[in-house]
Amino acid sequence: MKQTTNLVSISRRKALSMLAAAGAIGFAGVPAYAGGAEVAAKIKTLAGGKSVGEGSIILDLPEIAENGNAVKVAFSVESPMTANNYVKAVHVMADGNPTPDVASFNFTPAMGACSASTRMRLAKTQNIVVLAEMNDGSFKKAQQTVKVTIGGCGG
Amino acid sequence: MAKIKPRVKVPKKAAAGDIVEIKALISHPMHTGRAKNKKTGKKIPRKIINKFTASFNGQEVFVANFEPAVSANPYIAFPFKASESGNFTFTWVEDGGAEFKASKKMSVS
Amino acid sequence: MRIAVIITMALGLVATAAYAKTPYHDGTAEVIKPTDERHPLSEIVSGYDFRKAMIRDVQDDDFENPAMLIADYGEELWDTVDGSAGKSLSEVFQGCAEVPLNQAGALYPRFHEGAGKVVSLEQLINMCRETAMGAKPYKWEKRELLGITSYIRMQSRGARVNVVVDGRAADSFKRGEKLYYQRVGQLDMSCAHCHEDNYGNYIRADMLSQGNINGFPTYRLKWNGVGSTHRRFRGCMKNIRAKPLPYGHEDYVALELYVAWRGNGLKVETPAYRN
Repeated sequence: MKQTTNLVSISRRKALSMLAAAGAIGFAGVPAYAGGAEVAAKIKTLAGGKSVGEGSIILDLPEIAENGNAVKVAFSVESPMTANNYVKAVHVMADGNPTPDVASFNFTPAMGACSASTRMRLAKTQNIVVLAEMNDGSFKKAQQTVKVTIGGCGG
Repeated sequence: MAKIKPRVKVPKKAAAGDIVEIKALISHPMHTGRAKNKKTGKKIPRKIINKFTASFNGQEVFVANFEPAVSANPYIAFPFKASESGNFTFTWVEDGGAEFKASKKMSVS
Repeated sequence: MRIAVIITMALGLVATAAYAKTPYHDGTAEVIKPTDERHPLSEIVSGYDFRKAMIRDVQDDDFENPAMLIADYGEELWDTVDGSAGKSLSEVFQGCAEVPLNQAGALYPRFHEGAGKVVSLEQLINMCRETAMGAKPYKWEKRELLGITSYIRMQSRGARVNVVVDGRAADSFKRGEKLYYQRVGQLDMSCAHCHEDNYGNYIRADMLSQGNINGFPTYRLKWNGVGSTHRRFRGCMKNIRAKPLPYGHEDYVALELYVAWRGNGLKVETPAYRN
């Protein structure tokens, strides 16, 4: 009871981190999740340490997924997709799965546009990070959280 | 292998310059290698479709590399700019190297 | 122990949450008024309208819906010659089903004159295989039976469910109704506790529907595949800690007839996609 009162008086951010810590203890012994650090390291490797910009990427992800077994992930990257100016590759990562990689896509100017849609497994509520690699060697990224609800009825 | 069958949507006709959408589905359990068989308690070994490629008139135009986080019965949709009539070939590659193929014609005017 | 479980379940049943965003909650669902005065509800709504867009969008597009992979396989089997009579199901179905192909999906389960009892669509298919084709029956929940059942029911897609529960089907209907309201299992619950009293509410994070079966066989994310109505019944039984009955059990056929009747007037959606 006392703890509840304490929680009310602390900041939302702190409460969330406390909850996260409690969750981590609760899940000890369960396989470790990738986490934001692993995704950040992955981006660093892919981008070769270059700075990664924001913008140009539109994500289409559900706010709430009613089941984590097949969550839509779709994106489009603004690009003229000409021989001189196109998106080479897009990497989709998730920071709450056992491993961060979800899928990667190689694009060509013949496609005329840069977009794709697929379905992924999400172990829990987490952030989805999409990293786009342009043909000139520059990188862009976008990120969004997807809430995964665990259903009450199996069968 | 009759059990693994793809399903692809390509418009039969398109006008030159149009950007068309292609959709592809294949039946596959996408075993992650983490799940256990409920009856035997043994781990089900990883077996996924790890790669999907789309070629048009022999030229590779799009590749998707899948990890175990891609859902069972993997689905992929992507755009393509119609410029000439021709034939699409789609290939799904399974862990271990088995390949599944589908092809579709598109006429462009 | 049991009380603790019941309390947990009761707490899990949260009144309609603000973030529902389903057609049922925002008023865009197709709501049918029951025409049969025996119907216990004043509105009939498909399970589709209790789902969020992520789920509905997949069902709306046959090229996104993974259930179509199985229906395609069913179409292949439909025209495949099998058994000692040298015939395919497509050649014998109409005579054997006692109804046209494009209505079978809306009319079954149904009292079958030849069999002298109410049979489900799966049972009808196997009857046709055994008697008219001289072929072995397919096993329940195998790709073959799910595929061909999906394919046949799909031929009625868009037609209104219209199962007949009077006349010689009346006994089975009454049996199904009794089973629907019968408390079973360690949780001592009936179908009605969730699907009549609490549809539109959450049970933990899951939105309860009316439990209509107009989309079966359906693809469920929980299953990562397609399953039959009886598989769903078995799942519900396990959820309430009751012993599930075998596939094709007479009681499940009766319950299927009754539940299908509760959805009379809804469009056949097979193959549906659910969470």
